[in-house]
Amino acid sequence: MAAGRPGAAPFAIELRGISKAFGPVQANRDICLQVARGTIHGIVGENGAGKSTLMSILYGFYRADAGQILIGGSPTPIPDSQAAIRAGIGMVFQHFKLVPNFTVLENVILGAEDGARLGPSLAKARRALQALAREHELEVDPDALVEDLSVGHQQRVEILKALYRQAEILILDEPTGVLTPAEANHLFRILRGLSERGKTIILITHKLREIMDITDHVSVMRRGEMVATMRTADTSPEALAELMVGRKVLSRVEKGPARPGRTVLEVEDLRVCDAHGIERLKGVSLTVRAGEILGIAGVAGNGQSDLLDVLGGIARGTGHVRLNGRALDLSGRGCNGHARRKAGIAHVPEDRQNLGMIMDFTAWENVAFGYQGDPRYRRGPLMDNDALRADCAGKMARFDVRPPICDLPAKSFSGGNQQKLILAREIERNPDLLLIGQPTRGVDIGAIEFIHQQIVRLRDAGKAVLLVSVELDEILGLSDRIAVMFDGRIMGVRDPATTSERALGLLMAGVDDDKGAA
Amino acid sequence: MNAMPGWADAIVVPLISVLIAFAISSGVILAIGESPVEAMTLMVTGALGSSYGWGYTLYYATNFIFTGLAVAVAFHAGLFNIGGEGQATLGGLGVALACLFVPWPHWSLALIGAMAAGAAFGALWAALPGWLQARRGSHVVITTIMFNFIAAAVLNYVLVNVLRPTGSMDPATARFPGATNLPTLGEILGAIGIPFSRSTPANVSLFVALAACVAVWLLIWRTRAGYEIRAFGKSDRAAVYAGISPVRITMLAMLVSGALAGLMAINNVMGEAERLMLNAVEGAGFIGIAVALMGRSHPFGVLLAALLFGFLYQGGAELALWTSIPRELITVIQALVILFTGALDNMVRQPVEALFLRLRKGAK
Amino acid sequence: MDLPTALQILDSMIRLGTPLLLACLAGLFSERAGIFDIGLEGKMLSAAFLSAAVAFVTGSVWLGVLAGLVAALMMSAIHGLASITFRGNQLISGVAINFLASGLTVLLGQYWFALGGRTPSLEGAARFQPITLPFAQELREVPVLGLIYAELISGHTALVYLAFALVPLSWWLLYRTRFGLRLRAVGENPAAVDTAGVSVVGIRYAAVAICGLLTGLAGAYLACGLSAGFVKEMTAGRGYIALAALIFAKWRPWQALAATMLFGLLEAVANRYQSLDLWGVPLPVQFMQALPYILTVVILAGFVGKAIPPRAGGQPYVKER
Repeated sequence: MAAGRPGAAPFAIELRGISKAFGPVQANRDICLQVARGTIHGIVGENGAGKSTLMSILYGFYRADAGQILIGGSPTPIPDSQAAIRAGIGMVFQHFKLVPNFTVLENVILGAEDGARLGPSLAKARRALQALAREHELEVDPDALVEDLSVGHQQRVEILKALYRQAEILILDEPTGVLTPAEANHLFRILRGLSERGKTIILITHKLREIMDITDHVSVMRRGEMVATMRTADTSPEALAELMVGRKVLSRVEKGPARPGRTVLEVEDLRVCDAHGIERLKGVSLTVRAGEILGIAGVAGNGQSDLLDVLGGIARGTGHVRLNGRALDLSGRGCNGHARRKAGIAHVPEDRQNLGMIMDFTAWENVAFGYQGDPRYRRGPLMDNDALRADCAGKMARFDVRPPICDLPAKSFSGGNQQKLILAREIERNPDLLLIGQPTRGVDIGAIEFIHQQIVRLRDAGKAVLLVSVELDEILGLSDRIAVMFDGRIMGVRDPATTSERALGLLMAGVDDDKGAA
Repeated sequence: MNAMPGWADAIVVPLISVLIAFAISSGVILAIGESPVEAMTLMVTGALGSSYGWGYTLYYATNFIFTGLAVAVAFHAGLFNIGGEGQATLGGLGVALACLFVPWPHWSLALIGAMAAGAAFGALWAALPGWLQARRGSHVVITTIMFNFIAAAVLNYVLVNVLRPTGSMDPATARFPGATNLPTLGEILGAIGIPFSRSTPANVSLFVALAACVAVWLLIWRTRAGYEIRAFGKSDRAAVYAGISPVRITMLAMLVSGALAGLMAINNVMGEAERLMLNAVEGAGFIGIAVALMGRSHPFGVLLAALLFGFLYQGGAELALWTSIPRELITVIQALVILFTGALDNMVRQPVEALFLRLRKGAK
Repeated sequence: MDLPTALQILDSMIRLGTPLLLACLAGLFSERAGIFDIGLEGKMLSAAFLSAAVAFVTGSVWLGVLAGLVAALMMSAIHGLASITFRGNQLISGVAINFLASGLTVLLGQYWFALGGRTPSLEGAARFQPITLPFAQELREVPVLGLIYAELISGHTALVYLAFALVPLSWWLLYRTRFGLRLRAVGENPAAVDTAGVSVVGIRYAAVAICGLLTGLAGAYLACGLSAGFVKEMTAGRGYIALAALIFAKWRPWQALAATMLFGLLEAVANRYQSLDLWGVPLPVQFMQALPYILTVVILAGFVGKAIPPRAGGQPYVKER
């Protein structure tokens, strides 16, 4: 590291020993970081690695438990956002903090007005915006309403807001998540220009290609710690991917060879748009056969969640999906979780806490969640709570849920035991197809192996499994075939026996090793 | 993780809230120069000291059970139905039409017919706001408020222009036929040898209300529909994952809620007044909000809260009779109960949670 | 209908519309900052009572107004505490405030005056007196315009003129000042205000306080201007009509003026005629009374132009990344 360069200019920003815990979770542990003025510094890491917490500390949203922040060489406490702004820090959040029915100009001056009357402030901001637009290729119509702007232009407004406040250090959190490739390229040009004019830029992302393309230095975070900092020129996407994931001590999943049978799921040209009208799935086609696990690898946010949602009946889409040869309704009244379950699909959702169960319901109530209409849980017009309790007790025993108390609310169980309960509920339905997202996210190490065994057992029983995970090890260990998703598309399908982590990593970064850059 | 055990959340927090509400109410009584102790004594003797007092207490409580259950069912689905007043008003119209225009041979049949009509009218009046919320996204709180006023205007029009007997100046219907008059609690208890005042309005509707408590309990905690209502109320996103239709559940919850509010009319219109008058509901629809909040939306809690408010109502009337404290004292208590058990819930909850955390740490 | 009758109805519209206008502007400030307020009714009622009580005791209507402001501000403080500080349910808090006012006013009224919750009638300086504008008498003879000036524009009480002046003032404050920009932003996306380094809590309390002041004026006008003293439940649902007008006006000041005057006109007409004949269709008076609410439901349902409330309305602000 370039610490203590004699005679050199002080770092634009320096972090010393920043730590932050939320209850028992250590989100940041002893983070040290030095960013030189006029450079672009990337920070990469998986979801939950602690990047966002670190940035929130820098912007005064959280106070660090320990550590020091130095701006331009002098220690600067940042107790709130106002202090961060005063210290010359500007932040472009992943989810924009704009007022949709305000004009660009109004958004820019909000909180940075001169005087009680708006007129002079607006006039001043209009002139300043024109100057900034000329200087940095940041043209936006100052009188347009923000809600009428494209996402890319909204992001420009966020950058303009920061620059208008004289920010010298610009932090961007996953800035390209919502952008088209063309918009992303434009953004990078702007950032490059800003750094050439002496601004310091911190870019938080999990897209390795962006890091390689634009940053001067890169730091890798893993599980709350800063594990490496290096010059971008001295590293490679594979090396970064390895650092991000880390070498995990995962026991190999015991499984025999797959005996794939007939095709269970056929997906053809599946497209999904989100609430903002952005296409999240851009024509996905794949098949899953009985007795095999198809693993979907990819960096979070590349369409895997949308794939699970539309197959599970939660989201709507277009295209063709057939289950056992019968077409599924993707956009009509038959597109709902109930119809999917009847068709033979079970779904273990990625968002266990917000989708998979009702946290305030007891364990036995959650055993019926999604199957509340099952005749086995019914006695006359009423639900048979005794049958539910008995079923819950059985599931808890078979899936080793601890503590095995049916009357405890779901929120009182650990993540791993919640997951086992959901898994028991879905797997014991004996579905033709199991959709399962992030099966071991937030799950204690002890439960991981058990959960993996259950998935393999379902496969061996001749069922089809569609597995989505951002953990490459998990994908490699469980899958019989691996499909890699990037930007709403399947980049390629590989055989885990013959592919390498490196090859998958490149595909995940949007680089096809057979065809060059995508 | 849970900061405190479930029983604390269900009992300790509301109990403290109610105690604060009553402490402040005592302060109000003191401030207007009366003695809270004397007032309380007077209220207890007036409301609970005689079968006459009990008769009124139970009559009021019957109203509040219906409206409290109505608000509670909607709460379970995450909906705030402020329209109990209007739904009960329309329920009264339904009951009046059933009593006036159908030649019932016996009160029991008339009761069943009136229940059906009252529930149907109340449900209809809740269905429109429900539909507007489910399909058009109009907030059910505002629309139900508006529907309260529209209901008042509708009733006013119907009473003045349609149902008023010719020659009568009073905006009210004619007396219901004798065959529709419900047996009073005094008659029922007298028949089985228990002496009970016969000059109180408490009537057989009380048993319907108690049955409604059981029915709502069964619905919410023992049926698939109740399961789906509760799941939707806790998390609408998760409900969609579980294949629960938001539109269907919103409509169902509002229909049941409105029907319960409409059912109240068998007590006040059919049981007590025996004709339909203007403003027959007398704010019972709003008291349902306080009752549901205090009863934590559980039918048993609603029953207890309704009894408490029934006691307050009768006690308050006695108080107004014998002292210079007006009945509106009850409105103040009701407001404070809503404020502390509803809006200021966090103010009570946070210190209690902190206390439990400390106790737990101390135990370790 | 001849001109004098029309002028009488319009005059009555202005008098009846003024409390609605003040309450509507009050709700506008609160809801534009993201705090729903169904407690307008209660705030008005408490202000009406205290202003009448103090005006009677002191004999000064202005001291009465001051007391009314204090009463409404106290109710606002409860609402702020519940919905801003303790992040409670704003709707439930509003309901509680309405009952609190409805009970306390009678309780205190009975204690102080022993008139069954009424205050004694206000006379002389304890009541707002009509202000005759300059040359009203002289210009009366000028055909039409002179009569309109003398009958319709002149001769109202001070609070009526204040209420009308508050419309452009509110517009200016909301759309032309830093405070207004921040207030509107807080109601749309509080996170934007927070990340800009401005206190969301501060702005929201300010908005709730303004709401208190304006409902205070509305209540004082009801008791000391429109009537001569306080009567039990004298707001009679005006707080809810103001709420309806607010939705009707889509949370904008000038439209609020139009909506409240429309609703004032409906009330004036309903007061004057027991039934109306509109192109051969008889309109019962009850229909006129219910019309504001019916219109609001229609607007809310989005059948006639969509009323989009402030996006962050009703939600307590929890700071998150």
